[in-house]
Amino acid sequence: MARKLPATDVVIIGLGWTGSILAHELTGAGLSVVAIERGPWRDTATDFPTTYAQDELRYHIRHDLFLRPAQETMTFRNNASQTALPIRTWGAFMPPNGAGGGGVHWNAQTWRFLPTDFQPRTHLTERYGAKFLPEDMTIQDWGVTYDELEPHYDKFEYLCGTSGKAGNVKGQKQAGGNPFEGPRSREYPTPPQKQPYGPTLFAQAAKEMGYSPFPQPSGNLSQGYTNPLGLTLGPCTFCGYCEWFGCGNYSKASPQTTILPSLIRRPNFEARTNCEVLKINLDKSGKRATGVTYVDTSDQEWEQPAELVLLCAFQLFNVHMLLVSGIGKPYDPGRGEGVIGRNFSHQVTSNVNAFFDGKNFNPFIASGAIGMCIDEFNGDNFDHGPHGFVGGGYMGAVQTSARPIVSTMTPPGTPRWGAAWKKAAAENYLSSYQVVTHGSCYTYRDVYCDLDPTYTDRLGRKLMRITFDFHENELKMSQYLTDRLAEIAQKMGPRQIAKRPRTGPYTIKDYQTTHTCGGAIMGTDPKASALNRYLQSWDVPNLFVMGATAFPQNAGYNPTDTVCALAYWAADAIVSRYQKTPGPLVQI
Amino acid sequence: MRASAACLLLLLGSSAAQAAADKQAFEEIARGRYLAIVGDCAGCHNAPGGAPYAGGLPIETPFGTLVSPNITSDRETGIGAWTDDEFVNAMQDGIRRGGEHLYPAMPYTYYTKATRKDVLAIRAYLETVDPVHNEVKVNQLPFPFNVRASMVGWNELYFKRGTFELVAGKSDEWNRGAYLIEGLGHCGLCHTAKNAMGGDETTRALQGSALQGWYAPNLTGDPRTGLGSWSVEEVIAYLKTGHNNASAATGPMSDVIVHSTSQMTDADLRGIAVYLKDQPAANGESPRPVSAEDRMMRAGEAIYLDNCAACHTSAGTGIPQLFPALKGSPSVQSTNPASVIRVVLRGAQSVATDPAPTAPSMPALGWKLSDSEVAAVVTYIRNSWGNAASPVVTSDVASARQQLSQRSD
Repeated sequence: MARKLPATDVVIIGLGWTGSILAHELTGAGLSVVAIERGPWRDTATDFPTTYAQDELRYHIRHDLFLRPAQETMTFRNNASQTALPIRTWGAFMPPNGAGGGGVHWNAQTWRFLPTDFQPRTHLTERYGAKFLPEDMTIQDWGVTYDELEPHYDKFEYLCGTSGKAGNVKGQKQAGGNPFEGPRSREYPTPPQKQPYGPTLFAQAAKEMGYSPFPQPSGNLSQGYTNPLGLTLGPCTFCGYCEWFGCGNYSKASPQTTILPSLIRRPNFEARTNCEVLKINLDKSGKRATGVTYVDTSDQEWEQPAELVLLCAFQLFNVHMLLVSGIGKPYDPGRGEGVIGRNFSHQVTSNVNAFFDGKNFNPFIASGAIGMCIDEFNGDNFDHGPHGFVGGGYMGAVQTSARPIVSTMTPPGTPRWGAAWKKAAAENYLSSYQVVTHGSCYTYRDVYCDLDPTYTDRLGRKLMRITFDFHENELKMSQYLTDRLAEIAQKMGPRQIAKRPRTGPYTIKDYQTTHTCGGAIMGTDPKASALNRYLQSWDVPNLFVMGATAFPQNAGYNPTDTVCALAYWAADAIVSRYQKTPGPLVQI
Repeated sequence: MRASAACLLLLLGSSAAQAAADKQAFEEIARGRYLAIVGDCAGCHNAPGGAPYAGGLPIETPFGTLVSPNITSDRETGIGAWTDDEFVNAMQDGIRRGGEHLYPAMPYTYYTKATRKDVLAIRAYLETVDPVHNEVKVNQLPFPFNVRASMVGWNELYFKRGTFELVAGKSDEWNRGAYLIEGLGHCGLCHTAKNAMGGDETTRALQGSALQGWYAPNLTGDPRTGLGSWSVEEVIAYLKTGHNNASAATGPMSDVIVHSTSQMTDADLRGIAVYLKDQPAANGESPRPVSAEDRMMRAGEAIYLDNCAACHTSAGTGIPQLFPALKGSPSVQSTNPASVIRVVLRGAQSVATDPAPTAPSMPALGWKLSDSEVAAVVTYIRNSWGNAASPVVTSDVASARQQLSQRSD
């Protein structure tokens, strides 16, 4: 039996990037906020000291920072003809856990989406005709534009101190930046990171081929920076332990380094960690959330009443929470109706390994978001007419790590183990280099999330079931991008390259990215989206759902900048409009 | 509800007290609140989780532990029944109601320099704080120090009843700083060395002192070990936010910044900075730096590059507002290296304040560096980039490690 607690203005489910942003904005507006977080409290000093944080075995191989699958997992199948089975070891993505969420262990690649990424159906239909898109492709416009999000992108980047070079300031193209990006209101807060040899060589080759290389925007900072909240970050030390690790150098933008130390000083904020929300409670009408029920580690259930509920967990868990709480109509792929679980997507990445003679890349001089990239083949920056697919991605030399256990590259034909493998690994460690593509993933009628008919979690709730496979459009895109990338790699002068385009079927075992998207998407039509343009539930107006959950499909970029821009956009709508007149912010 | 109950209690209290203060002397109360901040009353009289000024915080002294008393206006367990004169006697003569002597952990030796008007303003403010019934057993010293009468002789030797005199020829700022530091601010309680009996070594005022496993640094204008190399603005920023471009506050100073200096006016902080920077450095020759070719220095450099340079930089410059500079650092070059050895062994977290909430930490290295390695790296940072200070030897670190192992803080 749940014990009822005194009501609060706002309850937040999950204290990662979006929960921290919303908590900071709403406590700043005078509201009392309680954040309920499934995992532990984490802070830089205690949890990621530089004396032991760089431990590949503990963090990369043994997944120390991630949610334990025994606590919550999901089932997976490639298509409806298969029986889904539970994921018992994380593979394709790494669900975050604890204060800071994925913001603790991201690589900090801080990209904005292209303006046309927000209206792909309208844009692609206008340019290529409706018949150009595959019949079962379900991509949608977001209902929000790049121009509307620009101030919120800017706010997040200045929170983080993002290091980069603008390519377009107020419509004026800037030399050295990304010429394809949407207009920014101002330059990045800090200059780009210094580039190691690999990215430098890539940029030189790309430039010779007529492309416009630019430094990847990075949340691992090039220099010290004090953000508008008074928090100070230091310059990145190129240790190469970013993704899947916490940063003990105060160099990587995370909730810990940019928000939480300020937030915890506010008397109207409270975090309850190691507490797992069971469901969002609704009143009898089913149209109003009354708060949440959660369970603590002593197995005591608590009811936390609130005027406003913000669902800020990782994308997959947001969808699960909506499904188990009975909010919104579950998606039915047969009829193509319903909104919860609809338009699930992921990311389509690929790479080219290049093996050189007489070059030393010092690949361990690494940083999660360092690198030189080109954007000629992203979004609709190139004519898709002759190619028969839509979408694209950036590509580049992104020197994130060369850790000993998983980063060792050997040329094709090398045995997988034994003396010959060891010899090849040692010979190629310094002189081989991987370049990558990071592509979009569009959505299809038969790709979705729902509740599993068989498996339940430890709390008795049905697990969520993912039904996902790559479609021909994405595989063609990956082949095309990888071919273009290979041309640049070849220009870098290797003795041998290995092209590794993404191929089907999608496997849940191998890491792709942690960029799962969709499942409760934003849009303009309540029949085709779970959330309106302000991330407000169409069905339960005092519920807002954050994160990549709202992405109608995924673009060819890392999602965090857009996730956090949307969080600021929603926070602004809540403070400036919803608080004055609670109710639906969009009338149909 | 709580506030109105408090008011009711105050009314009842005042009807019984013989010299009722003016309960709506707003300016007096507000001034008193500020002066209580300057005097850092909360630093000792607030216990973690306890009500404001209700006492109960154990205070470590070289002679044993004292527990701070309740100074709320509770009539039975606080000071609500005291007359103004009794309050002034306690603050300025170290004699509490009933005639017993206070121990100088209560800095009456400094408060004696404050004006009676300022002391009574503090009283007026404390009268407005919620009275809390909290009985505290203050004296937990071992024999013979628990005999309060012993303080009669001590006062004869080390206590001078005094008033603050303006110094002609010094600026108003300087004199304001002098009044605050010599009086309510009681900086010397930690920063002036003590003799064997706990009295101030007045000839070495503010030149630094060991306490609680730290070394409270030299606050004089000494360019190497004091504040001589900091601008007035840097001193103000340090006191206001706990951080400046060169350094970060940690250890017992964190509490002082939280409860006191971060809430002081810029004008008062300026006065403090001006006065301190004008205090004469100790006589004596500056040490010559240990040669970079010294075996210990070379070992220290290698350890430094592996363990320290990522944050403090290979040039020892640190990162402004985040990682302290070691180059030119007064704490690093301190005559007594206790603090720097402690920070290397145990790590430390700097203070969080509203303007600078990051509170960056240094991780502990004691578990991975041996005594001789710590000695080498500390010697290295004390004698590189233009720094100069006595070398630290392995036995210094061993003894610091042993002493720290007895401490829970």
